Amino acid sequence: MIEPPLTISQTHEGLFKKDYSVVELVDSYLERIEKYNAKLNIFLTVSDSVAYTQAKKADKAISELGNSAIEKYPLLGCIVAHKDLFLTKGVRTTAGSKVLTDYIPAYSSTVVSRIEKAGAVMVGKLNCDAWAHGSSGENSDFSPTKNPWNLEYTPGGSSSGSGAALAANMCLIATGTDTCGSIRLPANYCYLFGLKPTYGAVSRFGVVAMASSLDSIGHLARTASDTEKVFNITKGEDQRDSTVTNSEFPKPKAKVKIGIPKEFFVGGLEKEVEICVLDAIRTLKKAGVEFIEISLPTTKHAISVYYVIQPAEVSSNLGRYDGTRYGAGRETFGDEAKRRIMLGTYVLSAGYYDAYYLKAMKVRTKIREEVDRAFEKVDAIIAPVAPSEPFKLGEKVSDPLKMYLTDIFAATANLSGIPSLAVPSGFSKKNLPLGFQLMGPRFSEYVLFELGKLYERSTSYKPRVANL
Amino acid sequence: MAMSKLNKKDVEYVARLAKLSLGQKEILKYQKQLSEIVSYVSELSEVDTSNVEPTSQTTGLTDVYRLDELSSDGLTQNEALSGTEKIHNGYFVVPQILDKGDR
Repeated sequence: MIEPPLTISQTHEGLFKKDYSVVELVDSYLERIEKYNAKLNIFLTVSDSVAYTQAKKADKAISELGNSAIEKYPLLGCIVAHKDLFLTKGVRTTAGSKVLTDYIPAYSSTVVSRIEKAGAVMVGKLNCDAWAHGSSGENSDFSPTKNPWNLEYTPGGSSSGSGAALAANMCLIATGTDTCGSIRLPANYCYLFGLKPTYGAVSRFGVVAMASSLDSIGHLARTASDTEKVFNITKGEDQRDSTVTNSEFPKPKAKVKIGIPKEFFVGGLEKEVEICVLDAIRTLKKAGVEFIEISLPTTKHAISVYYVIQPAEVSSNLGRYDGTRYGAGRETFGDEAKRRIMLGTYVLSAGYYDAYYLKAMKVRTKIREEVDRAFEKVDAIIAPVAPSEPFKLGEKVSDPLKMYLTDIFAATANLSGIPSLAVPSGFSKKNLPLGFQLMGPRFSEYVLFELGKLYERSTSYKPRVANL
Repeated sequence: MAMSKLNKKDVEYVARLAKLSLGQKEILKYQKQLSEIVSYVSELSEVDTSNVEPTSQTTGLTDVYRLDELSSDGLTQNEALSGTEKIHNGYFVVPQILDKGDR
C-alpha cells in the first residue's frame, strides 16, 4: 500500500511517474480512514463511491492529456475532504448538528464545485462543532474529534475534523470556515497552514451560515504554496454571493515591514507560545523582514464585540431551521446552539439593542479603523493564534466563557474583514504543535503566502503528520 | 453595568422570542451562563463611541447588481421538496396557525 503524499506537487510527481494512479491513491487514503477513523472521529461521512467516480475521471484525464492535464486541472488527483458545513450534492451534510442528521443537499456550494472542477477527489465530510460554534470540536452533536498528535487533546475548532484529517494524513486538502479562528486554530493545533481569506474574496454560497458578516470560507494544507494553489481555485465572483468581488490582489513587495501589536503580547499569553512567536520574528528578521512595534489598543475589546455581533447573527441565521422544508425541528438544537440563539436574541431584543448590539457595531468600527491605520505603516501584522498550546478535551467544556476566550487573538481579523494565514512553527515541551498568524490588509493573500514561503525556506520547514 | 444580570423571566422571554422550548433546569443553567457572558461583554460600555458610525459589514460595497436574467441551474420542484417527507400535492405541509374562527 502507498504512503499518501504530503503536498500537491508530491501528488502530481507520483502520478506522472506512474508510482500510483488516482484510484490507487483513493484506495490508500480510504484504507487509512477505515483503519483510524473509529479512534479519532474525524469523518462523519465517507463518500467512497463519489471518490472513485472522480478518481477514474482524473486517471482518464492523465491518460489523455499526460503531464499537461494539470494545466487544465490544477488540483488533479488531490484528495480533499470538506468540513460538514459545505453543501455537497447527493452527499449528506450535517453541519455537525443532529438537526441535519439526514439532510442530503440538492446542490453543492461554490467552493466544493470549483475544487471538483479543478480535478480534486472528495473522500468525505469532516466533523466540526455543530453549526461551527466552538473552539474545540466538543460541541459536535456527533462526539468530539481527537487530535492525532495526542489523543487526549483537542485538534482545535470549529473545523476540528479539517485539522485532524490532515494531521492523520487522511486527505491532502481540507476546507474550513473561519468566523473567529475556526480555520486558524485547528491549523495551529495540528501543525498546518490555514487561510482565513479576506471577507469578500471567496463565495459563501452553499455553506451553512453562522454569522454572515464574519464568515470566511477558507482551507487548510501543509505548505504555504498548497494553500495558495487552493485559493487560486476558490477565490472570485460566482454571482451568488454579492459580497464577493474580483478584486486586485497587490503583488508581494521585495522589502516587507511587519508590525508587532503590543496588545497581543500581554497577560494571559502562555510563555511557550510567546517564545515561539518571538522565534518566528527573529527568523524572519534574519531573512530580511523589518519589524516595528505597533499599537492596536481597541483590539482588547475584540472578543466582547464578537460575542455580541456573532450570536446576534447566529440567532437570525438559525431562525430558518423549523423542520418544515428540511432538517428536524428546533427541539433538536444542542446546548451551545441554544445558548447562542438565546444570547443573540437577548442582545437584539427591545431595550438591549442599543446597549449591546449597536454599541458592539460601533466598537467594531473603531477596531477596523485602527487596523486600517496600522496598514498605512506596515505590510502585515504578526500575532499568536491562541493564548495557549492545545488544551485537553474536557478542560473548558463546562465553562462557555472560558472556551470563548480561546479566540481572543482571532477576532480582530474577522471583525475587520482582513485575511490571516496561520503558520506552523514548532512543537511545545509536551510535543504539541505551535504556530503564529500573519494578518494583512484586505486582499493581501499573496503577500501572506510569500511570507509563509519565506518562513518555510528560512527554517527548512518540512510538512509533518502524526504517527498513529 | 447593573443591567447585565438576567433573571428567570428574561430567559423565558428570550426563549419564547427564539421559539425554543426549555426545561426548568435549562432555564436556570442559561440564566447563570448568559448572565456571566453578558456581564463580560458589558465592558464595552467603557469604550468611547461618541461620533462613531456602526459597522455592519466590511466590504464597503453598496447596491450590488447583476444582469436581470433567469438562471437555468436553479432547483427543480422535486429537488426543492427533497429535504422532507411532509409534502402534499407538490407543496410543503406546515403546521396550522389559524383556526376556523379566524376566517
